[in-house]
Amino acid sequence: MADDTQNLKTTPLDALHREYGAKMVPFAGYAMPVQYKDGVLKEHLHTRAAAGLFDVSHMGQARLHGAKAAEALETLVPGDIAGLGAGNMRYTLFTNDTGGILDDLMVTHCGDVLYLVVNAACKDADFAHLQSNLPDNRLEIIEDHALLALQGPKAAEVLARYIPAVRHMVFLTGAAYHINDIPCFITRSGYTGEDGYEISIPAAEADAFARLLLSEDEVMPIGLGARDSLRLEAGLCLYGNDIDETTTPVEAALNWTIGKRRRAEGGFPGADVILGQIKDGTARRRVGLKPEGRAPARGGTEIQDMGGNAAGTVTSGGFGPSVDGPVAMGYVRTDLAEPGTKVNLMVRGKALAAEVVKPPFIKQNYVKD
Amino acid sequence: MTVKYTKDHEWVCMEGDVATVGITNYAQEQLGDVVFVEVPEAGTHYDAGAEAAVVESVKAASEVYSPLAGDIVEGNQAVADDPSLVNSDPEGEGWFFKIKPDNPSDLDTMLDEAAYKALLAELD
Repeated sequence: MADDTQNLKTTPLDALHREYGAKMVPFAGYAMPVQYKDGVLKEHLHTRAAAGLFDVSHMGQARLHGAKAAEALETLVPGDIAGLGAGNMRYTLFTNDTGGILDDLMVTHCGDVLYLVVNAACKDADFAHLQSNLPDNRLEIIEDHALLALQGPKAAEVLARYIPAVRHMVFLTGAAYHINDIPCFITRSGYTGEDGYEISIPAAEADAFARLLLSEDEVMPIGLGARDSLRLEAGLCLYGNDIDETTTPVEAALNWTIGKRRRAEGGFPGADVILGQIKDGTARRRVGLKPEGRAPARGGTEIQDMGGNAAGTVTSGGFGPSVDGPVAMGYVRTDLAEPGTKVNLMVRGKALAAEVVKPPFIKQNYVKD
Repeated sequence: MTVKYTKDHEWVCMEGDVATVGITNYAQEQLGDVVFVEVPEAGTHYDAGAEAAVVESVKAASEVYSPLAGDIVEGNQAVADDPSLVNSDPEGEGWFFKIKPDNPSDLDTMLDEAAYKALLAELD
């Protein structure tokens, strides 16, 4: 078939993807594998049953230096970064002055530096935002490292064959390790609802290490298609779909990312709006939606209340292979946000009955201690 | 029995005065794992090119167009019950609907097997 991935950036695993029969698509300026030979359904189920290897090298990686890096970063995000202990990792958001979300990111406290992972489509803007707002903190953009994610219940067993110590990591922690003398930075984290790791490894070594992992019986390469269905079942937001500059953390039901101290002190962009919404509520809220029957409701689908009034929009929706049925999330009028509320999803002109539910749609299998 | 194809990767198999319609093997490969199918009800009339059925993979929803104007004789309940038939047997058990064309001669304007294969060769 015609290859529409010319003139795109490639990741260090490009040759590997093509060798493994990946269907390559343009994503955030990169040629990325959307699926391999076995297809999205098998890849999704395999990740939940054993282990999946994802190339997420398109994502932005950086280190924020400086003695007061955590305090500095707190001027741009509502998360408690100063309270993050060494080796710990946290999900947070870049907000704007109106309380909208510029991007979501993971921050790991590495002792003398903060390690950041941001979305591919936002990385240039995020890095410019950091550099212009935090001129006293050097931002080291990491462009010579790949990022691999190994996800699934067998991820720990597999990775421990190469680095025994990773077995003892707790979810949402990170540390530096060596893989066959190659220095890498590993976090126990992911975007699938499963246990797993993200491995930042020098670009020149990534292909060889990915092949080692893929040589393990439990591991299969997984494309962006299954990455999306896995994160949707796990109830995790996709930036650009479920959250963006027009949604606030409170509307997005991400209040939990704003720590107690930050609520009391403020001091992040849009704090007046966001803290006001925590206190007074919002007109709409992000919820999980479980359509009855088998028909998926995709992003953009109108949500109606039982009286036939427009009441919101689906932001992500599709078929959940592990749920074995359709799953979705979207924004509804706050009076409909209570789990158990019945709504209609307008799919191809017909009202599809659905229930508001609290994500995740699957049991999350994180290793918490 | 005459088998014809459309540029939208549907096949039409004419037997007597009824045409069976499905999507080609190429189409199912492009879609990937089919997880939902909606087929039309018997008795409904469709114009040529109208959306008559829906096929959804994990990734996306697509329409199946009625390649001919006519009345639906039967929607394939088996494929609605087990959408994976579209992947496993797209040009057999995985058919979508049977339609009685208003003008059977409309079939003459569609692609024959050689023309469809030439179309696929261009896409490769």
